[in-house]
Amino acid sequence: MTALPAPPPRSRLLPFLGQIALGIGTLAITLLGLLLITFIIARVVPTDPVLSIVGERATEAQMEAIRVKLGLDLPLWQQFFIYVRDALQGDLGTSIRTGQSVTAEIARYFPATLELATLGTIFGTLVGVPAGVLAATRPGSIADQIVRVVGLMGYSMPVFWLGLIGLLVFYGKLDWVSGPGRLDPTYDMMMQFTLTSYTGMILIDAALNGAWDVFANAISHIILPAGLLGYVSMAYISRMTRSFMMNELGQEYITTARVKGMPEWRVIWVHAMKNVLVPLITVIALSYAYLLEGSVLTETIFAWPGLGSYITDALFAADMPAVLGGTVVVGVVFVTLNMASDILYRLVDPRARA
Amino acid sequence: MSLLEVKNLRVTFDTETGPVQAVRGVSFSLGHERLGIVGESGSGKTMTGRAVLRLIRPPGRVDADVMTFDGQDLLNATEREMRALRGKRIGMVMQDPKYSLNPVMTVGRQLTEGLRLRDKLGRADATAKAIAALDAVQIRDPARVMEAYPHELSGGMGQRVMIAMMLIPEPDLLIADEPTSALDVTVQAEVLSILDGLVRDRGMGLIFISHDLRLVARFCDRVLVMHKGVVVEEVAAANLLEAKHPYTRGLLNCLPRIGGPRGPLPGLDRSGAWATEGAP
Repeated sequence: MTALPAPPPRSRLLPFLGQIALGIGTLAITLLGLLLITFIIARVVPTDPVLSIVGERATEAQMEAIRVKLGLDLPLWQQFFIYVRDALQGDLGTSIRTGQSVTAEIARYFPATLELATLGTIFGTLVGVPAGVLAATRPGSIADQIVRVVGLMGYSMPVFWLGLIGLLVFYGKLDWVSGPGRLDPTYDMMMQFTLTSYTGMILIDAALNGAWDVFANAISHIILPAGLLGYVSMAYISRMTRSFMMNELGQEYITTARVKGMPEWRVIWVHAMKNVLVPLITVIALSYAYLLEGSVLTETIFAWPGLGSYITDALFAADMPAVLGGTVVVGVVFVTLNMASDILYRLVDPRARA
Repeated sequence: MSLLEVKNLRVTFDTETGPVQAVRGVSFSLGHERLGIVGESGSGKTMTGRAVLRLIRPPGRVDADVMTFDGQDLLNATEREMRALRGKRIGMVMQDPKYSLNPVMTVGRQLTEGLRLRDKLGRADATAKAIAALDAVQIRDPARVMEAYPHELSGGMGQRVMIAMMLIPEPDLLIADEPTSALDVTVQAEVLSILDGLVRDRGMGLIFISHDLRLVARFCDRVLVMHKGVVVEEVAAANLLEAKHPYTRGLLNCLPRIGGPRGPLPGLDRSGAWATEGAP
């Protein structure tokens, strides 16, 4: 008679929660490492934070006073401790350029990037996954060739060029969409003075306020850059989906599903897709994280006040606290998305839960 | 009338270096009996089994003069008609449950999906039927196995699940493609006796594909011996030891025997005309 192998655990939730806790622990260590690196960079780069505050004609005594005020006279380990403590409290320092809190500034810039990257990733996934599946189920067909060529174009054409051409055609010639920026100036004023800001993402805020004219205007502004970023991530996602799907369709369990008389849509979209999702989640998360870094070129062309342009501007102004604050945020985004994809991965793949 | 009638079956793969024929004119007929197909790797036995279900994917092609199941033409059946046959009237058990069960679906979902989708059964009815099927393959704790994922089962249990899954719709014909090759010997015997019992009780036709001559001889009524895509000999299983064809004789001679001479086993002598006959 058969002996049962190790019985499956009665509750699948408990070990799963334990893994999440472990994940959060790992996350904390990673972030500490990230802070250490940005801290060291700030001490190594040849810009003197004191000099950039007091200017070149300050006296030795004035410079010393600022040095003490910034805590730069303390030993390094103590400085790092203060840096971590402040960062944990959400204080990333003061921008040299503007004299404002870096945290507050990033809180203003990041939602613009978040909005753009999220929409771009949604586009990229909604088009890329079906396109990849279509190509994988009919390898060598016209549809497959089209998906491959369109994907290759998204890979190889520089995004700034596509952006400029997009603006020229859809804004300049056809006038189907609005130009650079997040809103027309009138709506921008409305957004700033009469509407309540909840998230900093205009689409969501306008919808929450019920200001549908603002919403429509924001859509006509965001559609082109989001479409562009969506195209780039679609190129990547469709290629990966195609190769994952082709691999799964060659597996024996697919034959089993067909032997059972399952219709082809179910074989592809249920049996194979559940397996494709496992690696695909990581691909989509990484491409989302990449867009969240703030795509500098796209944000520049579309005058999009996002994280990418914030960090670039700060860099040109040698505004070290702002650059490092931005870097920390990018790092946090990456690590968080990685962890999120790890959790999702375990949800779709029972073998990873054990 | 016979259940399955196959005449001059050919499976061709169009490759870049020209067509390759994996099955070259196989003919047989099958009633409610147990037919064994034996042969070495690459002899076309698996392809023969899959061709009957029309599960050869492009670039493979299936041609035959006649291929009928219970009077229904399989060659010209639409995909829809084939789907109605697969699972419902013809089932197939594959070699290794590690690969033939979907790794991310619970056993229960895989067992019940046919019942729920095709037979439109409710969840409770489908579950009850699936548990009964697991009982029939002698799984002791069916309710728990229903909740398990394939990687949580041993090979022997996985193969029983596979057999249960294929027998739920009570097919008339079961194709067992090396159903025990991935299992170790003691488990092999268990799985085989379960399969044997179910096939006998339900009076199903069985095509048992294997490279194990002794297994086939014990388990089947009739044996087809295949080599390079061709049936070289057809014998009653009871008379397998008296087979005439040099290839079959060669295979038989390679089997070790308890109490037999303890020298090296003879290799397969491929010098005869049969070995190169019609070879590409």
